Amino acid sequence: MIATRLRAAALHLVLVVGALISLFPFYWTAVMATNTTKEMYQVPPRVTFGPALFENIGRLLSSIDFFGSMLNTLIVASCTTALVLFFDSIAAFAFAKYEFPGRRIMFGLLLLTYMLPMQLALIPQFVIMAELGWVGTLNALIVPAAANAFGIFWLRQYIKGAVPDDVLAAARIDGAGFFRQYWHVGLPAIRPGLAFLGITTFIAAWNDYTWPLIVMVDPSNLTLQVALSQLNTVHNLDYSLVLTGALLAVLPLAVVFVLFARGFIRDAMKGALRG
Amino acid sequence: MSARTSARASTGMPGPATAATGRGGPPGARHARPKGAWRRYWPQYVSISPFFLLFTVFMLVPVLFSLYLAFHKWNGLGEMEFVGPRNFELLMQDEMFWQALQNTFLIWFMSTIPMLFLALVVANMLNSAVRFTGFYRIAYFVPNVTSVVAVTIFFGSVFSTNFGLINAILQWLSASPVPWLVNEWTIKIVISAIICWQWTGYNAIIYLAGLQAIPSEMYEAARIDGAGPVQLFFRITIPMLRPIILFTVVVSTINGMQTFTEPQVLFGINSANNASSGGPGGAGLTAILYFYREAFNNNDYGYGAAIAWAVFVAILLFTAINWRIVQRRERGL
Repeated sequence: MIATRLRAAALHLVLVVGALISLFPFYWTAVMATNTTKEMYQVPPRVTFGPALFENIGRLLSSIDFFGSMLNTLIVASCTTALVLFFDSIAAFAFAKYEFPGRRIMFGLLLLTYMLPMQLALIPQFVIMAELGWVGTLNALIVPAAANAFGIFWLRQYIKGAVPDDVLAAARIDGAGFFRQYWHVGLPAIRPGLAFLGITTFIAAWNDYTWPLIVMVDPSNLTLQVALSQLNTVHNLDYSLVLTGALLAVLPLAVVFVLFARGFIRDAMKGALRG
Repeated sequence: MSARTSARASTGMPGPATAATGRGGPPGARHARPKGAWRRYWPQYVSISPFFLLFTVFMLVPVLFSLYLAFHKWNGLGEMEFVGPRNFELLMQDEMFWQALQNTFLIWFMSTIPMLFLALVVANMLNSAVRFTGFYRIAYFVPNVTSVVAVTIFFGSVFSTNFGLINAILQWLSASPVPWLVNEWTIKIVISAIICWQWTGYNAIIYLAGLQAIPSEMYEAARIDGAGPVQLFFRITIPMLRPIILFTVVVSTINGMQTFTEPQVLFGINSANNASSGGPGGAGLTAILYFYREAFNNNDYGYGAAIAWAVFVAILLFTAINWRIVQRRERGL
C-alpha cells in the first residue's frame, strides 16, 4: 500500500519536472519581458516578474510596427481558416458521401500531394507571385493556402462517421440537392471536426515563417513572425525588448490552445493514428 | 475506422453511402460517358475543384518548373540559359553543400534520438498516471503549437555567451561560461535542443494514444507467464507500438531534413558575412538554409532549384533507410 503510494508520488514528481521544463520558456519569456535588460544581466539574474512590461512594450512599438504586423497576421490567419474550412469541408463531403466517376483517382492524387515537399515549389511560386503582382501583398499568403490535402483527408474520415446516411437520404427524398444537403445536413453534423481543423489551420497560418519571409519583401508591411525575426536581427542584445515581442506574439495562440486543448489533443491523436 | 478500411470501402462495392444518396445509381452508371457524368455529378466536381485548381497552379506547375529550372542558369530577371546537368555537377563538387547536408544529418541525429526516446518514457509514465493527466497533456503539448521563431529567439537569449541564463547559472556554480553560439558542436546542440523541446511532447501524446490502444489482457497474460516490467516493455509495448514508432520516425525524418527556421533566426544577425550564414564556421548551415541562401540571397535560381531537388532525393533515400531499419529492428525482437 505504502509502496504503491510512494511509486505514484515518484511518478508524479518526474512528470511535474518534465511539465516544468516544457513550460519554463513561457515563464522565462514573461520574466524577461517584465524586467529591463540591465536587470537580466545581473549575476544571478532576476527570476521573478518585474515592473518594466509597459516600458518594454513602449520600446517595442517604437522599434517595429508590431500591431500592424499582428493585424496582417490576423487577417491572413482568419481568411485562410475561413476559406480552408469551406473548401475542404465541401470537397470532403463530396468524397465521403458520393460516388462519382474518377473519385478514386482524384482522391489518390490528393493523397499523393502530401509527398511533395514545399521547397521544390518555392522558387517558381515566387516567380508566379511576381507575375501576378502579388509579391508583398497578403494575397500571396492567403490564396495558395485556401484549400489543403490534409484538411480534406481528415474531414473525409470525420464525415464518414459523423454524417448519418439515412438523414441524407431523407433530405434527398425531400428534394434537397447536393449543396442543400451539404449545408443543412453535413455542416451541422461536423462542427467539432471543423473546430479542430480551424484551430490547426489558424495556428499554422499564425506561425508560418518561410514563405512569408520570402514573399513579404516590404519592411513596412510584414507578418508577425517575420517582424519578430527582424526585431531579433536589429536589437539582438536587447533581450527584454525582443522577448516582449515574442511573448505578445505567442500569447493569443497559447490562450486559444489552452481553451480548446482537450478536444484538440484528442483529435490530433486520432489523426496521427489513422496515418 | 482506419484509412485502409475506409479506402477499401470507397473503392469496391457501392457502400451504404451510395445506396443512401441514390445519386450513385446502378454500378453501370460509373461507366457513363464523361458528358453525361458531368451533367449528373457537376456539384461534386465543382466541390472538389478549388483544391485541384490551387494545387495545380501553386504546387504542380511550380514543381515541374523547378525541375526545368534546375537545368538552367537564371538570376530571375534576364534570359534563362540552358546549361544541361551543369548545376548538378557543380553541386557534387560544392563543399558547402556537402557540409550543409552533413550538418542537417547531425542535427537530425542529435535531436531525434533523444526526442523519441524521451517521448516513449513520458508516454509510458502518462499511461500509468491516473490523476492530472489533462494538465500533463496540455503542458507537454503546448510547446508544439508555439511559433518556431519565438522559441528560437528565446533559446538564443538563454544560450547567449555573455548574458544568457545558462552561462549565468554556470558562473554562479563557479564553472566557466561556454560560448554556445560560437563553437561548431555547441551550435548544433542548441539547434537540437530547440527541436527536442518543441517535439518531445507531440510524440509522447502520439505514443500515449498507441499505448492506450493495447489491450490490458495482453499484459496480464504475460505477467501470469512470469514476465517482468522490462520484458513487458520489450515484448509487448514496443512491438505493439511498431506502426506508431514508424510514423513518428518518418515524420521526424521529413521534418528534420527540412530544418530551416531555427538556424535562420538564430544566425540571421550574422549579416557581416551573409544573412544566412548558419553561424560561425557555417556549423548551423542546414541544407534548406543553403538552398534559401543560394536562391533568394544570391538570386541563383537555377542552382537553388538543383539544391532543392538534391535535398528531396536525400530525404526520400533517408526516409526509406529509416523505414527499413525500424521495421527490421522490430522484427528482430
